[in-house]
Amino acid sequence: MWLNKLTTPKVLTGLNVAAALALLAGVALAVFYAPQERIMGDVQKLFYFHVPAAWVGFAGFLVAVVAGLAYLRTGQRAWDQLSVALIEVGLLFSLITVVTGSVWAYPAWGTWWTWDPRLTTYTIMILLYVAYLMLRQAIEDPDKRARFGAVYSLVAFISVPITFFAIRIWRTIHPAVIGTASETSQGGFDMTAPMVETFLLTNVAFVVIFVALVLNRARQEQLAEKVDHLKAQLAEA
Amino acid sequence: MSAAQHFIRTVWAVARKDLTTELRNRESLSAMLVFSLLVVLIFNFALALNRTAREDVAAGVLWTAFIFAGTLGLNRSLAAEKDRGSLDGLLLAPIDRSALYFGKALGNLLFMLAVEAIILPVFSVLYNINLLTPLMLAVVVLGTLGYAAVGTLLASMSVQTRARDILLPILLFPVAVPLLVAAVEASRAALLPTPAASFGTWLNLLIAYDIIYLAVAYMVFDYVVEE
Repeated sequence: MWLNKLTTPKVLTGLNVAAALALLAGVALAVFYAPQERIMGDVQKLFYFHVPAAWVGFAGFLVAVVAGLAYLRTGQRAWDQLSVALIEVGLLFSLITVVTGSVWAYPAWGTWWTWDPRLTTYTIMILLYVAYLMLRQAIEDPDKRARFGAVYSLVAFISVPITFFAIRIWRTIHPAVIGTASETSQGGFDMTAPMVETFLLTNVAFVVIFVALVLNRARQEQLAEKVDHLKAQLAEA
Repeated sequence: MSAAQHFIRTVWAVARKDLTTELRNRESLSAMLVFSLLVVLIFNFALALNRTAREDVAAGVLWTAFIFAGTLGLNRSLAAEKDRGSLDGLLLAPIDRSALYFGKALGNLLFMLAVEAIILPVFSVLYNINLLTPLMLAVVVLGTLGYAAVGTLLASMSVQTRARDILLPILLFPVAVPLLVAAVEASRAALLPTPAASFGTWLNLLIAYDIIYLAVAYMVFDYVVEE
């Protein structure tokens, strides 16, 4: 099956090495090469990790919807194995996003958290996918688990843009209530060339790391399924 | 008879089955009703509001009560099918699966509306606000419709899991956030002395949510009940 080709030990080892190197390179560039931002100082460098984690995680959730629909259409278990891997790693990246964002927010805005549309939607998104994992955990039959997972990941993902718009409209009616610094300022700053280079590198690095993690996790799912098969065979014998 | 007529008859048959069952012992309705009132009561003490603050939060408290009571109704409606094995019977019938979905959703919608029909006057008295205006009723109907639509789909899944009742709120509430925001804000806009201009925006969001989730549920319900 196609997933088998992507999760051979050779491919995975190569990806893992690439991911580790990419991470090292990203950290090195962010710490040493990128200049210190004038107003915010060193904490701004979290941006190089916060932004990639955010959009890569989100993209992962989107791909998971596609994978889920592919499972519903074809019934191939590989699609489901890929789905759960994408969502778990996506959830991890989302948590990284929120934590790095929060740490960045405190010096920048004077508060750890605000209820602006993006943050609120992101939090709800995290809760959605935690619910997805809880749903999966509550089902024993693998086929049912895969079907329900696919349905819920679709329902969940569709709600994300709707939630974002709803809260954005809500915000225009209930303007910011916390934070002394203007929380709408996303710490907008002009990026010099070294910053742009570092930013591009960490973005690519995070994609590589994401793919490596997802495929490792998918292989784990494949092995778990194999173990179940063997157990069933043993039980019959 | 045409396919569409057959479809509608099936939907109504499923809904009527639920209504008939419920009218016999009224367990679900009374539980939802009492629970809503208790939620309102708890909020009253939890928030300890003065008069102006109470008017501010009235819409929010109302919808919270509806949402919590709604999960009770949704759980019972689907769990009953599973426990009595009537779900299998329904699936064996030569009907379109999505007709089954719409029938269940319609039944859930009617239950919630019945409870709301009682809660709204009571709430009006308790909070000294007139909730029985046409705009407000439109919001209540549309909001409940969206909630019943998503809730029926997710409840169909959650009753088939080990966690059963507990899982439904976990699955449903995050998905229902935009619905809740729109319903509360539309209610607030509707309850102002001169309804705010934003009412139209929120109503549109409610309608959009309803249509989107009815369509999604229609498309995927087969996968949720296949054996």
